[in-house]
Amino acid sequence: MDKTFDWLNPFASIDLGIGKWADGIKGWAMSNRSVIQPLKNFFEGVIVRIESALQAVPPVIMLLLLVLIAWQAAGRRVAILVFCCLVILGLLAPDAWSLAMTTLAIVIASVLLCVIIGLPLGILAGKSDRFEAGVRPVLDTMQTIPAFVYLVPVVMMIGIGNVSGVIVTIIFALPPLVRLTSLGIRGVSPAVVEAARAFGATPRQILFKVELPLATPTILAGLNQTIMLSLSMVVIASMISVKGLGNEVLRAMGRLDAGKAIVGGLGIVMLAIVLDRITQGLGRSGRERGHRHWWESGPVGLVTALIKRN
Amino acid sequence: MTKSPREDVIRCEGIWKIFGDKSRQAMDAVRSEGLSKKEIRDRFDCVVGVQDATFSVGRGEIFCIMGLSGSGKSTLIRHINRLIEPTAGSVIIEGQNVNAMNARDLRAMRAERIGMVFQSMALMPHRTVRENVAFSLEVRGVPEEKRRRVADQAIEAVDLTGWEKRYPDELSGGMQQRVGLARAIAADPTILLMDEPFSALDPLIRKQLQTTFMKLSAELHKTTIFITHDLDEAIRIGDRIAIMKDGVLVQIGTPEQIVTEPADDYVAEFVAGISKLDLVTAGRIMQPLAQYAQAKGPQDTAAWPVAAPGDKLDTLVDLAVGTDHPILIAEAGVPLGVVTKRALLRGIQGREDSNQPQAEAV
Ligand SMILES: Nc1ncnc2c1ncn2[C@@H]1O[C@H](COP(=O)(O)OP(=O)(O)OP(=O)(O)O)[C@@H](O)[C@H]1O
Ligand SMILES: [Mg+2]
Repeated sequence: MDKTFDWLNPFASIDLGIGKWADGIKGWAMSNRSVIQPLKNFFEGVIVRIESALQAVPPVIMLLLLVLIAWQAAGRRVAILVFCCLVILGLLAPDAWSLAMTTLAIVIASVLLCVIIGLPLGILAGKSDRFEAGVRPVLDTMQTIPAFVYLVPVVMMIGIGNVSGVIVTIIFALPPLVRLTSLGIRGVSPAVVEAARAFGATPRQILFKVELPLATPTILAGLNQTIMLSLSMVVIASMISVKGLGNEVLRAMGRLDAGKAIVGGLGIVMLAIVLDRITQGLGRSGRERGHRHWWESGPVGLVTALIKRN
Repeated sequence: MTKSPREDVIRCEGIWKIFGDKSRQAMDAVRSEGLSKKEIRDRFDCVVGVQDATFSVGRGEIFCIMGLSGSGKSTLIRHINRLIEPTAGSVIIEGQNVNAMNARDLRAMRAERIGMVFQSMALMPHRTVRENVAFSLEVRGVPEEKRRRVADQAIEAVDLTGWEKRYPDELSGGMQQRVGLARAIAADPTILLMDEPFSALDPLIRKQLQTTFMKLSAELHKTTIFITHDLDEAIRIGDRIAIMKDGVLVQIGTPEQIVTEPADDYVAEFVAGISKLDLVTAGRIMQPLAQYAQAKGPQDTAAWPVAAPGDKLDTLVDLAVGTDHPILIAEAGVPLGVVTKRALLRGIQGREDSNQPQAEAV
């Protein structure tokens, strides 16, 4: 350093080279693209398949399907709400439905990966105080660090496109699932776990027969949060060339096109309401539904009742 | 105590449980220096849950552990099926050291040989009554069909038939506790561990459940450790009673021994209010016939009512109200002693009238 060291302002004269160090990682990533590429292709394939499946279903059939799912998961009222939201979504613009399906595909892929990664992490964090203490600051960082900070390195490593979009979304949307899974596991009454132990259950049986079922409402609340956060990332993800409703918003911003902005924005909101209500319905405990099994209510219940009568 | 040779199903030897991070050091210090509970807390910041508990329970016996809240009863009973590890000492069940078992054997023993009822019931809220009752069978991989049959039998035994498909929170407290009982007996274990099973219930339901339990226990002939903080319950149910205070087993004995020969003031205070009518036997309060004759001169006992040494005070009271004579205590036709009205009254009070001859002479 050519500047003399100033005791009152020491930071200006110290350079630990963190910026260069990060650049080094970037360089490493770029020289190792051959390792990353096959992985990327695999995930790209998965996302494309989900999207083409969603696009292949005629909108009316898809709408009916979603309404039926909502009815089953959350009851008739929510089904009506979902129906209205989906109709509004479809009427926003001629291509709104197709854009929504593209966005939905990205959200589904992100949420699936979040569940695959987050559930085991959450269970571990719920079981071990040490792990929880270790994972907590990481989750805090993931949630608070501005998306633009990791947008660049992710694109550097993987390139623009859906896979990067999904990764960026996961970084932002994963924490609540881990947190709430851990919370749910910790919230299970120790007396009940002890009883399971006293009757000879293995740790695995305790997890699957006692802890996870009892933690399910909390875990589903986490899933709901994760889905909502995934949706809220679609605009940012569209900056790295992810298509769908988010892209509409982004393009509208660039061109100050209010019409497009409304299509994109309202579309995202409608999708959010639909996904939120369906997952919230899933999260309601059996007690609130009068202790009936899921197949005893909703459209499935109706069908089974009809079959029984005949 | 009965001298008949009996088989120990459960044997606890010198169990210590010290809670805290430095429990090992605390234990070593106890061994070398004999620290008191308070010293352990001050020096090691550890809580003593159980102090040197040694006892054994014979086959078919109902062994009650009685003590006030916080005396370490739940802690002690959790050692039997090793829900917690002792700091020192060992538990031996049917000859096997529980603390030396590997995880698999331990689970097998818990599922097949020990049934437990919890103070907090601890039913699984997401499972129906039947699924709760069949839990120990389920974890052992018993096929569905058999599980159902066995569970329904256990449910019937506690009079809950018709409630199999309900969830625990649809049941009253007493019914929930009966589900807990059914769950404990479903796998037909040899040992029952009952941690204050009836404490949270109102007196009427409690009495009902005690009756149900005693009936079941007589039918099933299970070795039982029964925890309670209610001496009346302990006396009603237990073959033997252990009194626990601050983690120490202060006295172990039959209900009669506990009531008539309390080991210390603490136990004495406990038993002071207990009705002796159904507990104390004639043999314990009678005056030997020779001694009586010495004080009163030879007696014509022909008109006296006769009772056996094993008869309870209650019976003696019935006999005494019908006559002015003392009661003659005889076994197999051989007169052994005499119970005067005075001795009987003292007996009911729980005081032994040891100075009787002198008192009568005054
Ligand atoms: N996990 C634990 N950690 C620390 N101390 C404990 C623990 N479990 C119990 N203790 C202490 O051990 C003592 C005995 O508790 P325990 O639960 O055995 O009492 P109890 O006789 O069953 O009382 P109650 O009739 O209220 O159920 C109490 O002083 C309690 O604070
Ligand atoms: Mg207790």
